[in-house]
Amino acid sequence: MTMLLLLFIFVLSIFLGLELITKVPSQLHTPLMSGSNAISGISIVGALAATAIHGTFGTVLAVLAVAFAMINVVGGYLVTDRMLAMFKTGKKE
Amino acid sequence: MTTAINLAYILASILFIYGLKMLGRADTARRGNTVSAVGMLIAIVATLLLGGLDYIWVVVGLLAGGLIGLVAARVVKMTQMPEMVALFNGSGGLASMLVGWAEYIRDPSPGVVTAIAIFFAVLVGAVAFTGSVVAWAKLSEKMPGKPILFKGQQPANALIVGGAVVLGIIFVITPPTAYPLLLIVIALSLVLGVLAVIPIGGADMPIVISLMNSYSGVAALAAGFVISNNVLIVAGTLVGASGLILTQIMCKAMNRSLANVLFSGFGAVSTAGTMKVEGEVKPITAEDAYFILEAASSIIFVPGYGMAVAQAQHAVKELADLLERNGAEVRYAIHPVAGRMPGHMNVLLAEANVPYEQLVEPDDVNPTMEMVDVAVVIGANDVVNPAAREDASSPLYGMPIINVDQARTAFVLKRSMNPGFSGVDNPLFFKPNTRMLFGDAKSSIQTLVSEFKDAVAA
Repeated sequence: MTMLLLLFIFVLSIFLGLELITKVPSQLHTPLMSGSNAISGISIVGALAATAIHGTFGTVLAVLAVAFAMINVVGGYLVTDRMLAMFKTGKKE
Repeated sequence: MTTAINLAYILASILFIYGLKMLGRADTARRGNTVSAVGMLIAIVATLLLGGLDYIWVVVGLLAGGLIGLVAARVVKMTQMPEMVALFNGSGGLASMLVGWAEYIRDPSPGVVTAIAIFFAVLVGAVAFTGSVVAWAKLSEKMPGKPILFKGQQPANALIVGGAVVLGIIFVITPPTAYPLLLIVIALSLVLGVLAVIPIGGADMPIVISLMNSYSGVAALAAGFVISNNVLIVAGTLVGASGLILTQIMCKAMNRSLANVLFSGFGAVSTAGTMKVEGEVKPITAEDAYFILEAASSIIFVPGYGMAVAQAQHAVKELADLLERNGAEVRYAIHPVAGRMPGHMNVLLAEANVPYEQLVEPDDVNPTMEMVDVAVVIGANDVVNPAAREDASSPLYGMPIINVDQARTAFVLKRSMNPGFSGVDNPLFFKPNTRMLFGDAKSSIQTLVSEFKDAVAA
């Protein structure tokens, strides 16, 4: 049942995702890409949970996963913000 | 506690959805990014409350990754943005792959659905990882940007995909004893990511990056099924879908199918059209160019990858300011695939403080091109190649271009007469109203700027 529920959420999310972003002006292509890229760092949730694993090798994998997901999250959001901040000053002029 | 954590995940999902929606609109984009970052923070904090985690190592991982991400995002130059985004994509894919792997270590006898999810998380995550690393290497010129093709490349790829799928099926049937198979699947997937991207040329990188973006989302989605977690599934799917839409936009802007981009090795061989290029190339000096610009009242800049390479965006903005002070109307025509990632030119011009009201898309500027006095092409080539409109035998035929050849005068700033990435000759250079300004784009523009300043001083 749990799996069916997850599948249900998945299918709805596909439609939501395709509807959400329709006509994006080209100046936003890069921020949209790097901003959504940061969201894909959500696997950090799985990585954190995986540190509960007992055994050295499991922990090594989990900690590496945490670190890489964190690079994705922190780097992605900051770089997107940096770009969008530039767009803003451009508009003010 | 579990209920509270799950409620937090729902909240995080809502923030991701709103954040993404706001990212798609210019006036709300920056807040949208912040909203989605808050969602991520909530998801992370909620997970930390799970209990039973190895907190010392958690802190080590969070600090190490956070610090690297922070520094990378701070020091990266805007011209290096495509490489940076590729690397971030790759690390997200790698993380999802590791999550799938670690989950198998935790429980070597998962149910069928979980086993399938592990297989997909590992496969897609690994492809996103090595594929992005190759894209990074190509973009930063650590390896040649030209397509790398070898005999039997496609059969080799098909064999690897087939092998991974067969091993995956066996893995799903007998997970407890199939650990070596999982390791082989990981290895094959890593190789596959490399092989999938090496035949794709530098100018097709906008498509590759958006596709890798999509893959990193799909990998997170698969990891969500591995650990039965809603927020991973929602967020991963959203990213997968948005990446796919961007990929589609890029393909459309090149008038090519995704399959063509992925498998054709476009640009590897010079396939010149049969149309005979007539006319002669007319070079122009910076001084003469200045006189024409000085008299012009409507000017369009058409930047391309060459502007990024020469880092000429600030010089261009300076020239544009002088032209505006001289009473001319200045606009920038941006082709969606100019540069090496979606929106590359927009980012560079924004860095140089170009107001984005002056940025126009090809569809808006083409109908009034006859009214433009001077179109200044800076390091762009294929996106202004009239063969795309006129020569049915050209590989570029059908691609929407910026019709600078219809402007009263077109200046082309270029280092040499070499063809663009596609290897296709550009008839624009031979048109009667085209003038070639040879040399480095940045120094050419700077010369024009000083001509203007001298004129004012005199």
